[in-house]
Amino acid sequence: MLKRADGRKPEELRPITIRAGVIEQANGSALVQMGKTTAVAAVYGPKSMYPRHLRLPDRAVLETIYAMVPFSTKERVRPGPSRRSIELCKVIRQALEPVIFLEEFPKAQIDVYIDILQADAGTRTAAINAASVALADAGVPMRDLVSAVAVGKIDGEYVLDLTSEEEDLTACDLPVAVIPRKEQVTLMQLDGDVSPEDVKKLVRLALKGCQTIYQKQREALKRRWIDEGAK
Amino acid sequence: MRVQNEYVLKLIEKGERIDGRALDEYRLVQVEKGVIQNAEGSARVKIGNTEVLAGVKLAVEQPFPDKPEEGLLIVNAEFSPIASPLFETGPPSEEAIELARVVDRGIRESKAIQMEKLCIEPGEKAWAVFIDIHIINHAGNLLDASALAALAALLDARFPGWDGQKVDYTVRGDKLPIQHKPIAVSFTKVGNTFLLDPNLEEESVMEGKLIITSKEDGNICAIQKTGPLVLRLEEIDDLLGKAGKYAEKLRRMV
Repeated sequence: MLKRADGRKPEELRPITIRAGVIEQANGSALVQMGKTTAVAAVYGPKSMYPRHLRLPDRAVLETIYAMVPFSTKERVRPGPSRRSIELCKVIRQALEPVIFLEEFPKAQIDVYIDILQADAGTRTAAINAASVALADAGVPMRDLVSAVAVGKIDGEYVLDLTSEEEDLTACDLPVAVIPRKEQVTLMQLDGDVSPEDVKKLVRLALKGCQTIYQKQREALKRRWIDEGAK
Repeated sequence: MRVQNEYVLKLIEKGERIDGRALDEYRLVQVEKGVIQNAEGSARVKIGNTEVLAGVKLAVEQPFPDKPEEGLLIVNAEFSPIASPLFETGPPSEEAIELARVVDRGIRESKAIQMEKLCIEPGEKAWAVFIDIHIINHAGNLLDASALAALAALLDARFPGWDGQKVDYTVRGDKLPIQHKPIAVSFTKVGNTFLLDPNLEEESVMEGKLIITSKEDGNICAIQKTGPLVLRLEEIDDLLGKAGKYAEKLRRMV
């Protein structure tokens, strides 16, 4: 069996911590740590959409703003949007859109800001996990949460939840986001060089990992709204 | 507009399309190489009325510190307002950036270019390959056309001269070391149906696409889900199984 640098089994996630309600000013928020990767998400809205000409008559506009803070990586990240972050904002938005009842809020906007405080691979998937809990924390009506994780293939073995170190070894990097209860995929990207069979198996491994993350997301919301709410 | 949208959807439900094509049928694909004399490599790709121009320029630059013995690859896409009423002037849109990055990933991850052969002096000098994609007319399926044009332009490209000091662009030297031919195929979901090579009318009602880039050995080197669609596992399995077959047809065109 493959030896992973951090001692994990191939199909084991990094330690996950999820907390809902971490930013007092936001309508909803969440902090997600997957190993060293740390994402914090804050939801502002639903609120009236400005500028007015961007309003949609039949639904709210979802805006997702993903950013890596300058000290989140070994080499400083230049603040402001990059081509990478612009692409990530788009795929993160499209991973979340399918579960949100945007049609409940015509002419409104819902902003989700996601800051990566520390990066050790899997930042887009941590961002989605945090954003989805933050949206639920804000009380935005949703069909389900969205859970996400990246998978890869190292020395012929399928591995769950890659670290940066592992990203250099893997034959592919495949981030996946799912609607856990329906087993539907809302984000799927790949770079690498693997067979179609590998991809099929890896998507299933990701789905399995997402089910575990989903439970942690639900527990975080329960702690915030049932356990702490009762005090 | 609405009437037309419903008409498009209704037809597709029956397995038909407004232009009479089969669901998995591309419009006429035309590839023409060497269309811009001042570029080191170039290609014009037409898929039906969609027209894309790709140009390759080379320059000598310092390699990235983490890859001191490799050349550089830079892919950019410009959605010029000449191509569509949907395009505006200004910085590249989200769509243009996504397109360029998906094309980039296909070429980079398939190792289409032997990057180590672009090194001139380790850590100091290497060839940088700039692929610029310029949309001439947007009539749907820009991604497949752009990826094909980028590959065709790479295959057309030749090194300019290099005397150790400066680049001589009047020289047309050896071909670029291209070892693989990655091809992108966009499976577009309209209603409950996946189809290939969507036209504008179909794109205006689509849920989104699953873009799969594969190599000649059938291996997959890039995937991108785009648009708010959701995919069931069986759908993903099905599309993964088909991508190679359709890619092979397009590969023969370059």
